[in-house]
Amino acid sequence: MTILEFSLLVCGSSLIAGLVGALTGLGGGVVLVPLLSLFFKVDIRYAIGASLVSVIATSSGAAAAYVKEGFSNIRIGMFLEIATTLGALLGANLAARVSTHAIAIVFGVVLLFSAYFSRKPRSQAEREVPPDPFATRLRLNGSFPDSDGPRSYNVQHVPTGWALMFGAGALSGLLGIGSGAMKVLAMDQAMKIPFKVSTTTSNFMIGVTAAASAGVYLNRGYIDPGLVMPVMLGVLAGSLLGARILIKVHTKWLRLGFSLVIVLLAIEMLYNGLSGRI
Amino acid sequence: MFPKRSWTDQRIENILGNLLRAGVLLSALVVLIGGVIDLRRHGHSPMDFRVFRGEPADLRDVRGIIRDTLALQGRGIIQFGLLLLIATPVARVAFSIFAFAKERDRMYVMFTVIVFSILLYSLLGSA
Repeated sequence: MTILEFSLLVCGSSLIAGLVGALTGLGGGVVLVPLLSLFFKVDIRYAIGASLVSVIATSSGAAAAYVKEGFSNIRIGMFLEIATTLGALLGANLAARVSTHAIAIVFGVVLLFSAYFSRKPRSQAEREVPPDPFATRLRLNGSFPDSDGPRSYNVQHVPTGWALMFGAGALSGLLGIGSGAMKVLAMDQAMKIPFKVSTTTSNFMIGVTAAASAGVYLNRGYIDPGLVMPVMLGVLAGSLLGARILIKVHTKWLRLGFSLVIVLLAIEMLYNGLSGRI
Repeated sequence: MFPKRSWTDQRIENILGNLLRAGVLLSALVVLIGGVIDLRRHGHSPMDFRVFRGEPADLRDVRGIIRDTLALQGRGIIQFGLLLLIATPVARVAFSIFAFAKERDRMYVMFTVIVFSILLYSLLGSA
């Protein structure tokens, strides 16, 4: 295969990954590394570097649309980014030390978790939680626009949320994914932040988290321009396209299909990691 | 006080959103230009990503990347575009320091400076 053929094939597959990722809300990053390492036989460390850079592109590209709606909370985002960026530094440094088999196995487990998370019903029930003194001191409580005017909310369990965010950052740095699912879990489930605020704030944080580990990857020589170019351009085009047609498509079957693909990729990653093929 | 604060927060977030989008589109354009140059020159050679070798030293740090970009090396230009992309969220954090300072929120100026330092350490100091 020549470099030109390879670049076009990778660009096309990345476009589909970005498109489906945007349509299902699961993000394309989680399928990029398995796609590149299993089907294109790219060394997993190059694949992680390419995925990480694409995650920055899609997160930053989408943030412009999200912030205008007024759901994201920049104080929650910034406070928790201390945890995610520290975690990302740890994860990126771990990636250089552990074997590629171990990375593939962890990746398989995280994929299974993502598939499970995508099938889980969202907690959209109204909940009124009392103000937490620590969260109040940190000025994390906020409000978002609702159908009948602004609605305020209180934030709970700050230390638990912070610890989960550190873990999400470490996984992001180790595997080159946005780990949006774990970030939403930390905010929505642990800190009791409304779902819509959690998802938009999470999206806002993903780019900063990924940038913290991308620097380490660049310095270590894991960012290959020839590979990242088609991946990043493909994913970005796919996700921008996905954001435009989001409203018109019925996503239920798409989500189900995408979860099945993720489970199959998870099994494949686990098998390859355990048998030492990756 | 509350409505005023949420208004400025909202305005700051709009500026941030536009900053992020401009950074991403600019970097994608630079990467595309570098990619076209690189593929015109090397597109018909066989490829091999199967074995990890690590990138040559000049594609790993800021100075080397800028040198390759000025020499109009396709791979150097792509790497420069990726550097712009990585710098986009860093610029967002830098702008937030300024925004929180304008709101006289010293606690959040401190938090943001911490995040900014971690990002700079990762980009410049961890080699």
